[in-house]
Amino acid sequence: MELITVPLIIEQPKSKVMNGSNSLNPHIVVENLNIYIQDNHILKNINMAIPDKSITCIIGPSGCGKTTLLRSFNRLHDDNMNVKITGNLFVDGEDIYAKGTEVTHIRKKMGLLAQRPCSLPMSIIDNVVYGPRIHGVRGRRKLYEIARHQLVAVGLWDEVKDRLKSPASTLSIGQQQRLCLARGLAVEPEIILGDEATSALDPISSKTIEELFVTIKDKYTVVLVTHTLRQAKRIADYVAFMYMGELVEFGTADQLFNHPKNQLTKEYISGGFS
Amino acid sequence: MNTKKIEEKIFKGLMIGSSVLIFGVLLYILYIIIKKGLPSLSWEMISQIPSGGFYLGKEGGILNAIMGSLYLIFFSVVISLMVSVPVVMYLNFTLRKKSRFSAFARLTFDVLFGIPSIVYGAFGFTVMIFFGLQASLLGGIIAVSLLIIPVMIRSIDEVAILIPVELIEATKSLGATNYETIKVILRQLLPGISTAVLLSVGRGIGDGATVLFTAGYTDSIPTSLAQPTATLPLAIFFQLSSPIEEVQNRAYSAALILTVIILLLSFSARYFSRRFSKNKI
Repeated sequence: MELITVPLIIEQPKSKVMNGSNSLNPHIVVENLNIYIQDNHILKNINMAIPDKSITCIIGPSGCGKTTLLRSFNRLHDDNMNVKITGNLFVDGEDIYAKGTEVTHIRKKMGLLAQRPCSLPMSIIDNVVYGPRIHGVRGRRKLYEIARHQLVAVGLWDEVKDRLKSPASTLSIGQQQRLCLARGLAVEPEIILGDEATSALDPISSKTIEELFVTIKDKYTVVLVTHTLRQAKRIADYVAFMYMGELVEFGTADQLFNHPKNQLTKEYISGGFS
Repeated sequence: MNTKKIEEKIFKGLMIGSSVLIFGVLLYILYIIIKKGLPSLSWEMISQIPSGGFYLGKEGGILNAIMGSLYLIFFSVVISLMVSVPVVMYLNFTLRKKSRFSAFARLTFDVLFGIPSIVYGAFGFTVMIFFGLQASLLGGIIAVSLLIIPVMIRSIDEVAILIPVELIEATKSLGATNYETIKVILRQLLPGISTAVLLSVGRGIGDGATVLFTAGYTDSIPTSLAQPTATLPLAIFFQLSSPIEEVQNRAYSAALILTVIILLLSFSARYFSRRFSKNKI
């Protein structure tokens, strides 16, 4: 069988180039990605390049494959036998689905924030340092410093500094989500993935999380799946619009929200369907 | 009064009635055991093995049965845990939660759960004959393990089903290996495991039929797995069937000892599970 190489199509968002604040540097590159779950073609030939140190929001109606795409970034489909993946996915130029790529190494590069915060069954401080600990960081002083640093980064330190030893489950949902973010940041990832990370939170907590994303995007590449268009409008630098398993349009937030090229995108962002 | 109100009253009455009945039966059992058992309960009873004329009402105790039962249940629980925990892990985390095989496996465990203990005893006995074993501590351990494994699997399973996939994904997305993920899951399972141990100790230690053929009965404390061993349920059984009243009363005090052991184990298991479950989600 002959291998056919399909030219990589990356839409170059313009505003980044125009404002020139940082050069367009694709951090995650998706090439001809197809995902099948039990013979259903869930993702159809996705090609995109997600720029680093910015917030990219993936939007689209329910069931369009947003979450499936996001989860493929850190190989969370690995354990599911029914999922078949073809195509390539590069992170830092490294094909993460290539044979011999260590999955823990890939996942260490990314922090995942799920829809509902899922604290581990241990104390607050142990939650934060769980990642560093399994990756070999030892020493109480060192771990404490990591925990303090990350908890300060997510604005949780003042709220929990007197009860670091109490179980993480005693925190409110909003606090737990920030704890999960701190836990994700503690493994020093390069990428933060958020799967509707604010949808289970109250407005104030979700605002805090949103602001956190904006603060940390100088250091991290943030990819968020979101159901709320308003959230994407508020914080996204780049937006990917997906529909029925296909990537319809990908561009800067300004381009996609103000001058959508595709009719479907136009309809979706004007509330034509959801 | 309309029908709905009458209906409600009837069912409320039924609920209260059956609760009181159950509670009453429990209290009555405890009352009988304590009333008949307490007078013949002595330090001698729990610190000595039977002497020559014990079964005729002479001196001696049932330390052989107490130790036998404790040995038996300890090893059985350890073995069952070693089997049950991996089974539950496999059913819940390797297989998809609703796969056909796991449904079938669960049904099988439910059926095994319902099999009378005498059948396990008989089965254990045939296994022993097959391996050329005689009635011994080891035989008893095998039979009791068979008896309590389904209990254990099903009760740990009840908790494992509730563990969210997100917990596994959360640990994995931090770069944890399968082994490290399992450790986190085990932590979350701990209250379930302690309940399971509790239930199986209750079922295993109090069961006479399983050990009747397999463990045998002896007046001494076993010093190796190959020796036969006495157990509390059989100690009760043999003493109760004696025509001598004094010996019969000792059966009640043996029952009291068995009840106290079970209660002590229950309370301590509950205490520890509460301490450890503090950190669960």
